[in-house]
Amino acid sequence: MKLPKFSGRKPISRLMPRREPIKPSRGIFTRRALVVLAAQAGVLGVLGQRLYNLQVVDGDRLKQLAVRNRTSKRLLAPARGTINDRFGVQLAGNKVNWRALLMPEETTDISAVISRFAQIVPLDDRDHARIERDLRHMRKYVPVSLKDFLTWDDMARIELNAPSLPGVFVDIGSTRLYPLGPLLAHIVGYVAPPNEHDVASSPMMALPGMRAGRAGIEQTQDALLRGEPGSVEMEVNSLGRVMGEIDREEGRQGDELTLTIDAGLQQMVLNRIADQSASAVVMDCRNGEVLAMVSTPSFDPSLFDSGVSHAQWIEWTDNVRTPLINKAVSGVYPPGSTFKPAVGLAALKSGALSPEDRFSCPGYYDMGGVRFHCWSRWGHGTINMREALMLSCDVYFYQAARKAGMDPIKAVANGFGLGTKLDIELPHIRSGVIPTPDWRREHGHHWNGGDTVNAGIGQGFVQVTPLELATYVSRIASGRNVQPHLVRRVDDRSSDLGKLDAAAPLDIAPAHLEIIRGGMFDVVNAKRGTAPKAKLDLPNVQMAGKTGSAQVRRVSRALRESGHFNSMSLPWEERPHALFICFAPFDAPRYAVSVVIEHGNAGADAAAPLARDIMTDVLTRDPVNHLHEPGQTVADAE
Amino acid sequence: MNLQKRLWRPEPSFRLLAKLIQVNWLYVLLICALAGVGYLALYSAGGGTAKTFAAPQIARFGFGLIMMVAVALLSPRVLKILSVPIYLVSVGLLVLVLRMGHVGKGAERWINLAGMQFQPSEFAKIALVLALSTWFCRIDPKRMGNPLRLIPPALMTLLPVALVLKEPNLGTAVIIGTIGATLFFTAGMRLWQIAILLAPVPFLGKVVYGHLHDYQKARIDTFLHPEHDPLGAGYNIIQSKIALGSGGMWGEGYLHGSQGQLNFLPEKQTDFIFTMIGEEWGYAGAISVIGLLGIMILGGMLIALRSRNQFGRLLGLGISVDLFLYCAVNLSMVMGVIPVGGVPLPLISYGGSAMLTMMFGFGLLMSAWVHRNERDRPSEDTDA
Repeated sequence: MKLPKFSGRKPISRLMPRREPIKPSRGIFTRRALVVLAAQAGVLGVLGQRLYNLQVVDGDRLKQLAVRNRTSKRLLAPARGTINDRFGVQLAGNKVNWRALLMPEETTDISAVISRFAQIVPLDDRDHARIERDLRHMRKYVPVSLKDFLTWDDMARIELNAPSLPGVFVDIGSTRLYPLGPLLAHIVGYVAPPNEHDVASSPMMALPGMRAGRAGIEQTQDALLRGEPGSVEMEVNSLGRVMGEIDREEGRQGDELTLTIDAGLQQMVLNRIADQSASAVVMDCRNGEVLAMVSTPSFDPSLFDSGVSHAQWIEWTDNVRTPLINKAVSGVYPPGSTFKPAVGLAALKSGALSPEDRFSCPGYYDMGGVRFHCWSRWGHGTINMREALMLSCDVYFYQAARKAGMDPIKAVANGFGLGTKLDIELPHIRSGVIPTPDWRREHGHHWNGGDTVNAGIGQGFVQVTPLELATYVSRIASGRNVQPHLVRRVDDRSSDLGKLDAAAPLDIAPAHLEIIRGGMFDVVNAKRGTAPKAKLDLPNVQMAGKTGSAQVRRVSRALRESGHFNSMSLPWEERPHALFICFAPFDAPRYAVSVVIEHGNAGADAAAPLARDIMTDVLTRDPVNHLHEPGQTVADAE
Repeated sequence: MNLQKRLWRPEPSFRLLAKLIQVNWLYVLLICALAGVGYLALYSAGGGTAKTFAAPQIARFGFGLIMMVAVALLSPRVLKILSVPIYLVSVGLLVLVLRMGHVGKGAERWINLAGMQFQPSEFAKIALVLALSTWFCRIDPKRMGNPLRLIPPALMTLLPVALVLKEPNLGTAVIIGTIGATLFFTAGMRLWQIAILLAPVPFLGKVVYGHLHDYQKARIDTFLHPEHDPLGAGYNIIQSKIALGSGGMWGEGYLHGSQGQLNFLPEKQTDFIFTMIGEEWGYAGAISVIGLLGIMILGGMLIALRSRNQFGRLLGLGISVDLFLYCAVNLSMVMGVIPVGGVPLPLISYGGSAMLTMMFGFGLLMSAWVHRNERDRPSEDTDA
């Protein structure tokens, strides 16, 4: 290709520096190049100085930052303490749980990973719901459990598919195990995944697999059972990936609790109560140890570990027999005639009555134009206090209450634990009510004389819990201020409460207590007593007790006068509660029992035989031969 | 005389040999020493293996070395002729990168050339040095007074600056602009002209800041207050300082820098390679590397000053300033003196474009050295 010739032409542009006569003029260039060189040297010098400051002057400070940078302290979840019964039978333990976890921040498409995982290890709707919930609530750096209790096959499949499951890993954890299932659900309680409040209160609760106690001993002794988290200091890279372990500090596993409960006895009581909606408390009246505390129906506490289904929850909460509620401490009932010993003691203590003062019972008591009936239409004749207790005469205690007055009755009843909040190691304790005119006024009502009369037989506004009743009868039996409790030993530290006869004597004259105990002895053992069915079939061992049939609905005059009033014809919810309290052996009291059968009708018929069987069992049982056989549950008993 | 003949003026082979001997082998040794430092650093950045970074990089270096020697043998005459197509190609590539650039880290900087990632802005620096040297060598520094003569080179400078700014790559744009300005300065531009040009700079700064991308603004903001965002944009600066500081006087030992090895240091094989050196080799090692770079910059300046022709002087100075600016910007960056902005450390950072263009630049420098004794003669270019 021939290019156009430029030679000899004028320059195309005057700007083009073509024919400049360039003489070697290094002067300007040299001077300016040296300026540039000086500037370069200056800049590099400043940078060198800066580097010196960073590395040598500030070196130590920055080095510490570097150490903090590359180490990561992680908490190690401590094993939750186990809970055993008094003979060492495990009530709550830990089960090894191989689980698949997902670290949300290590994967970009969480839902894709989960659906791929579900193809490898099937997830049901509940799993999906739980995972979704956890992902919503948890921080991104806290792993979320995809599936618990993996089989070896599951784990092998997960490992095999690991490349397509970013962020998924398998680790070993533990879940709570309740070998006896529903047997002690109300006492031992259950655990559930921690909520945001738990996590805020303690960082260790954010660790996967940590559980918070939600009911019973698990809740009240949570701090002891949790233990102290260990920690491991690891070298990590910028992504938090572990490169190695620097230091490890083992945590302290939760304390092992030994309860006062005798699981074998508990099982027997449960079996005996069968399908009634009832509660029973067995206490050692020398030291307040609770050997059995049954509330039926019950539930399986292990269902809570990973969250209860909505349907199951509705089923529990809609049940009129309230399986989730521990009736022994949260159920309040009118004590009925079981309240009479307290009224009698109040009358004696206040001096309103002497033990030998007699009243005549024609079968009714008139006051202010209102007729109060005795349970016996024909009356009991003229009787003293011991006889009145034996016969459970209402008229006698109407008058005793009137003579004593509500304030002394309340003082004595409270002294026996009735209507007080007992300090037992359980949550959701309710206390009963011992009403007084002041109490009524606080609630905006006027106190009538009839209210005192009603309170005299444990009706009206009087309410107590089964645990209060057991404490009450323990204190009557021992004459001491025994405190009910469930924890016998924490690790190797035994409870002071367990010491026999350590409780202070009650502020009641022993002679007065003798009268009451005598009346209660007669209830069971005298020919005319109200609860002959409660007589023990044991040689040389006698029991003392008191029946109660507490009306839940006022019996109308029409019904009463129709002459054939029979509460068994009422619908279940309207039948009276059946109560019985007792202690034995009479001459050296050891055990106290309270039984409340909801709508069980008559204490003498429904509750007394039950209490007798329980007492027989606790007096004769050899713990070695009565150990519970695992697998037997409420369901079996029902 | 046609173009073909001008390019391929036959040279006797003994002259080629003589030129080869003339190559400043001491300087080549310096280059190799620095590349050796780079190899060691990349070996460590790769976690103790050559495979990841060090081996590919040293292979590129070998290729670059051959290219450098080849370029060194080209006479200024040929280089001046080549400067036009080289400049046009570099501008063309910059346009191309904007059109079909490979998107990396939110900015279009790379294009694919036969399977290789290529960053045209690196190449543009060398092309501009060559083009401006070609332009200015024909103007007597004493006769730079005509402002009209400054307009074409100004446009030649501003075009790549604008294109690189558009990518956006603020750091490289500033470097290209600074190289251009330095060449204007050393070519003999009048001081009063410089004063006039510098006057609106503060205003321009404001306009440029207004047009910056958010991430660039964030970089500047976090540079001023890195502690505001320690895990975000401020992370790099903080981590880099920590790593440097933990190196102390004597370093944590080769392959034992905890911050670099544990990946706290982002982009440790590219922009932050010096931090890694500083951590593992301490101040003693790091200042030695700076010293080595300083000697190379000084060597480039000396080559420029020794040249007896204006083209060689400007070329040598341009390459030397390019080398200096790379170093200064990168070092300032990792020490937290200026905002972080994608500028590698020459010969040490991992990356092909920077390595090859730098070696091409060294080739030009060597050419200036080899042909240092050719004098400027008014008649030289008039025979066309």
